[in-house]
Amino acid sequence: MEEIFKADKVVKKFINTVALDQVSVSIPKGSIYGLLGPNGAGKTTLIRIINQITAPDEGNLIFNGEKIRPEHISRIGYLPEERGLYKKMKVGEQALYLAQLKGLSKKEAMARLKKWFGKFEILDWWNKKVEELSKGMQQKVQFIVTILHEPELLIFDEPFSGFDPINADMLKKEILALKDEGATIIFSTHNMGSVEELCDHISLIDKGRTLIEGEIREIRDRYRTDTYEIAFQGEEDTLKQSLNDHYELLETVSDEGFKKARIKLLHQTSENELLSLLIPSVHVISFNEVYPSMNDIFIRVVKDN
Amino acid sequence: MNKIGLIIKREYTTRVRKRSFIVMSILGPILFASLMVVPALIAMSEDQEVKRIAVVDSSHIFFNVIPETEYLKFDYLENARLNDIKQTYSAGGYYGVLYISHIVASEPNSVVFYSDKQPNLATKMHISKAMENYVRDQKLKTYEIENLDNILKSVKTRINIRTIKITDTGREKESHTGVAMAVGYIGGFLIYMFIFFFGAQLMRGVIEEKVNRIIEVIVSSVKPFQLMMGKIIGIAMVGLTQFMIWVVTTFLLVTLATTLIFPEMKMTATEQVISQDIMSSGPVEAKPEAKSEDMDEIMGFLSGLKDINFALTLGTFIFYFLGGYLLYGALFASIGAAVDNETDTQQFMLPLTIPLILALLVLVNSINNPDSAISFWFSIIPFTSPIVMMGRLPFGVPDWQVGLSMALLVLTFIGMTWLAAKIYRVGILMYGKKTSYKEIAKWIRHS
Repeated sequence: MEEIFKADKVVKKFINTVALDQVSVSIPKGSIYGLLGPNGAGKTTLIRIINQITAPDEGNLIFNGEKIRPEHISRIGYLPEERGLYKKMKVGEQALYLAQLKGLSKKEAMARLKKWFGKFEILDWWNKKVEELSKGMQQKVQFIVTILHEPELLIFDEPFSGFDPINADMLKKEILALKDEGATIIFSTHNMGSVEELCDHISLIDKGRTLIEGEIREIRDRYRTDTYEIAFQGEEDTLKQSLNDHYELLETVSDEGFKKARIKLLHQTSENELLSLLIPSVHVISFNEVYPSMNDIFIRVVKDN
Repeated sequence: MNKIGLIIKREYTTRVRKRSFIVMSILGPILFASLMVVPALIAMSEDQEVKRIAVVDSSHIFFNVIPETEYLKFDYLENARLNDIKQTYSAGGYYGVLYISHIVASEPNSVVFYSDKQPNLATKMHISKAMENYVRDQKLKTYEIENLDNILKSVKTRINIRTIKITDTGREKESHTGVAMAVGYIGGFLIYMFIFFFGAQLMRGVIEEKVNRIIEVIVSSVKPFQLMMGKIIGIAMVGLTQFMIWVVTTFLLVTLATTLIFPEMKMTATEQVISQDIMSSGPVEAKPEAKSEDMDEIMGFLSGLKDINFALTLGTFIFYFLGGYLLYGALFASIGAAVDNETDTQQFMLPLTIPLILALLVLVNSINNPDSAISFWFSIIPFTSPIVMMGRLPFGVPDWQVGLSMALLVLTFIGMTWLAAKIYRVGILMYGKKTSYKEIAKWIRHS
């Protein structure tokens, strides 16, 4: 697996606190990488280190196989959580300025901006002042500015906050399109729904330390709880009676025409044994393993710590 | 470097296009020009009106004593009663009534001028001087000295103090104290104003970026130091532009006004001399004073202006303006970075305000007394030197002092920028907490 970015045992101390304590992440090329953690976990500090806004006190940073250098900054795009533009400046002029700061030539920046403004249908905002735009409109401009220089690595800090559902959906599509074009995306969020939908790798940070890191499927595997969901027809009580003390019935619900039960396996029993007990007593319609949601894992891991 | 250029360009263009900049550029020269032209205009218009004055002389000794001028005429009314004349002088076309009582020789306060207008100083001086001289001559005559008239003629000397300064090269240069004071004060005060005005603009710019949260986007593209320097330099260029607009436009306005309003007057000559001096700028040596008494004032003013080396003054002004602004600018920027909003700046502004105000106070002292110890030290210490040195320069300052002052200014500016950059780098990404001096000291130590 080739990594676009790798941080190895990064330490960052502030005056009174340790923001990052031996944090390591490796972000595979072409992935959507979720950087998760409660508020104040150190996500923003890590992002600022990747962006070279601040330097770590210890640890190595590797970008595309090389030690990170200031020139790499033009290959990274960053949309901070707290977004902002110069309010008194005109939209087009401002986008042009920010693009040039990222190293694009004026001509190139202009051509790309026209393309993107056209795509988002905002060309007639070009000569408006930013303060005349709504918040959602400003977000669009900011998104364009972030991706305009076609960075290989994109960092979005809470990208969906401030977007209405329609625009959030559009943004999601754009992010997936960028991934298809080969970009790697880092997502910093505590919105687990979007993590499950988009990310394939995650890293969970709390109090400056990495709690889990890896592929999302593998992590879910690791945190499986041996719980199964059975849809069945028949009496709840007969199902209950058929189980011995190797199983724990967590809950039952009635759904249209059939019932559902969640059963947890204890003492190393297998799914087959459970099925062999159930089949004689009730009519089994479906049998699935229940994977923990990222939300559950998140809460569990943070609490355990 | 390319990125600093972009930042400078943005700072410059957005500020120069602002309405406030344009308004300042227009109002400034109008204000300066009117400060120069209006007093002259007032003096002119008063003099050009012919004033006829009725003289009621109860002492009967001053008949035809007061000499008439182009604009002052005297009518000596015989047998007129003061009370009647006081009622009718206006209808008779008189500007006022001069009453001389019969005890004038012993009682100096017994001369009264009646008018519904306030006569100007020149008119009063003219009358009292003529009368004084006449009374003195009459008193001398009672001593019956031989050849008195000739003696009096030879005794009458007009003393006109010229101050000639001996320069290091041994050449004598005529200095005109009033002009030097004015040039020194204006130069120092402009620097004071510019440091405050553009320093505050810089500080507000930094706060704006912080409050807008655009700072994080920018520092992910450029180094904080580049951003800070870009802003400082950009605004310095705005300041220079403003100053140049003021100088050129004021000059044009004054020239235009003088040629339009006083076409036949000598005033235009003044402007021509200024312009010549800006072009040729070599030190001008003392010239014999013009002979005509009327021309004395104007010639003195002219030679005073000629004595100021405009190119050198302008050059040092720009140096001290830039040096002072850069020194304080970096500090203003770091204050902007340390706070979240403008009201929090108060506590940090004080250490910057005190030396600046002190410098302004010493400036007043130094134009009166350019070589005093306090002027010397304050023109060497970098935090006050830009303002105080401007006050001393028109009087001539030894080269080593100017050199020392400039070198210290540059060194301190570099040191301050280095210090400010540390505060700036940490401060721009800090939100929410109210910053204290202790906190800032930690930032400096830890970065």
